[in-house]
Amino acid sequence: MSEKIIQMQNVNKWFDDFHVLKDINLDVKSKQKIVVCGPSGSGKSTLIRCINRLEEHQKGNIIVDGTELSENTKNIEKIRAEVGMVFQQFNLFPHLSILDNCTLAPIWVKKMSKKDAEDQAMRQLEKVQITDQAKKFPGQLSGGQQQRSAIARALCMEPKIMLFDEPTSALDPEMIKEVLDAMVNLAKAGMTMIVVTHEMGFAKEVADEVIFMDEGMIVEKASTKEFFANPKNDRTKLFLSQIL
Amino acid sequence: MNKINVFKPDNKNLRIFLTLGSLFFILSIVDFSLNNFLDKNITFFLPRYINFFTPLIFGIIGLHFIRIEFSGIKKLDIINKNINTNNFNASLSLFIIFLLIFCIPPLLNWFIFDANISGNTKEACTGSGACWVYIKVWFNRFMYGMYPNAEQWRVNLAFTIVLSFAGIGFFMPTKYKKYLTLYYTIFLPIISFLLIYYLISGGSFGLIWVETGAWGGLSLTFIVSFFCLIFCFPIGMMLALGRRSALPTIKYSSLGFIEFWRGVPLITVLFMSAVMFPMFLPDGTYMDKLIRVIIAITLFEAAYVAEVIRGGLQALPRGQYDAAKSLGMGYWRLHLLVILPQALKLVIPGIANTFLALVKDTPLIFVVGLLELAGMLGLAKTNPEWLGFSMEGYVFAAIIFWIICYTMSRYSQNLELKYKTDR
Repeated sequence: MSEKIIQMQNVNKWFDDFHVLKDINLDVKSKQKIVVCGPSGSGKSTLIRCINRLEEHQKGNIIVDGTELSENTKNIEKIRAEVGMVFQQFNLFPHLSILDNCTLAPIWVKKMSKKDAEDQAMRQLEKVQITDQAKKFPGQLSGGQQQRSAIARALCMEPKIMLFDEPTSALDPEMIKEVLDAMVNLAKAGMTMIVVTHEMGFAKEVADEVIFMDEGMIVEKASTKEFFANPKNDRTKLFLSQIL
Repeated sequence: MNKINVFKPDNKNLRIFLTLGSLFFILSIVDFSLNNFLDKNITFFLPRYINFFTPLIFGIIGLHFIRIEFSGIKKLDIINKNINTNNFNASLSLFIIFLLIFCIPPLLNWFIFDANISGNTKEACTGSGACWVYIKVWFNRFMYGMYPNAEQWRVNLAFTIVLSFAGIGFFMPTKYKKYLTLYYTIFLPIISFLLIYYLISGGSFGLIWVETGAWGGLSLTFIVSFFCLIFCFPIGMMLALGRRSALPTIKYSSLGFIEFWRGVPLITVLFMSAVMFPMFLPDGTYMDKLIRVIIAITLFEAAYVAEVIRGGLQALPRGQYDAAKSLGMGYWRLHLLVILPQALKLVIPGIANTFLALVKDTPLIFVVGLLELAGMLGLAKTNPEWLGFSMEGYVFAAIIFWIICYTMSRYSQNLELKYKTDR
């Protein structure tokens, strides 16, 4: 558990004049589960979007699985294929069935044969318990089912790291649990995960470390037990008192 | 017997109201028809300003009587619900009925009852209606232009082969479905071009050479439309992508191209392709007029198609790009597999619109001396033996164009339904 799979050193990012990320230093070890929390606009989403370069950082280094993120498009595509991502708005492809959503990237990016890709997709859909919906289109599914399909789609690329960008924020309360269950199972299977979420129950259950961000900085970074039992920073205490 | 209130028809006196209403309604129709066709006025005893409106007044009274809620008669309820909800609605319905009575019989007379179709000369047209003899005599010219009569089987054969090749696509086994786009965008145009070059144009295999200037009529409409449609679509798609490119060179050259072609009238483009373009070619090289025209129209329409497709691209949420990128797709895979299929589905109505406009723009090629269907009409109506039949010719052309365009329109609606997956 010692191998550092993500290294971020002095990462800075600006949106025009707005300084979103300020000197972020973060190391993630293989199989570690990290929960990122903080008020909205604190740069949590931008932080994890930088890891697969959906956003570009302007200063500092990000090294993912031994490859440094730079302008080199080949490197970026290689890293993106290794880093799965789940979005707040699911972002399934509405013109394809759930099964095709899951096989599209394996077939065209990893050059898998159609049959292998379908077998694998069905295995992943099995894990999130939506095999019976495989032939349906995303528009015919509930939010929770869509988000579980999105998790399965990301897993079909057999990623080493999974990024979750507020995966339950767009869901009805009764659907949150089914998605969190799928994520807990994934965590137990030993996936490296970085999760931006407000679900503190989930953080307590699976996270190794919790990071609290505010105004583009990492304000507090501590092991889960420490973070909830004994937060050091005043800002963290305030946040926890409001959210718990 | 129940009390009758003429202002409030109800279903207690259903039969009486129905009879009264129908009587008044029929009276109104009869009155209007007599006025219109036999010049007889059954209400002549009334003052002029009332008797002009009698059909309308009778009709409204009639419709008022049959406006009975919950009558229990299904057909009556349907009529009431659709054309007879209140007095204003009823009078609109009456106006439309009167308009139909007013228009349809004269039209039918012109088209069918007073029209002539037998015979082969102008003198055969004795009726006051349309002279379809004119269309019959000139039919070959309208279809094939100046193409020699003895060689017209070549045009027919070429079109039949192209159509059957296009038709094969529909019956292709599912196994080969993924090559279908390739088949239609690359294989079919090449086949068609070869057929047109060797079969319609001739000059080899013992077929006599027919120069493109002699081509014409409906077959030329088809040839020009077919190639322009096939080529302008991919070019337009590339331009749309180019306009949204992150690379400034590609972005601004696409933008310049689109704005140039959108800003110039088609008729000028055609003139330039025919008159100016050959001047820029090196001496001794020659490009056929028809090919120049097809290129000109293609580029012109591609600019429009590009803007339509760009509308579709912009309608897609950013999350689709994010999701495709996060799965490791590069620019081309992202666009071909995720973005374009969705964007094109959104813009089917817009594309159909542009394509219909293209087909109807083809008659403009007369300015460079190519005479397709409408152009041949213009030529035929100036023939001294057949002066005065332009009406029949234009009606004929309108019907042909309408059939082509309506077919395309229906096809586009089919496509919309076929690719509808969101609900």
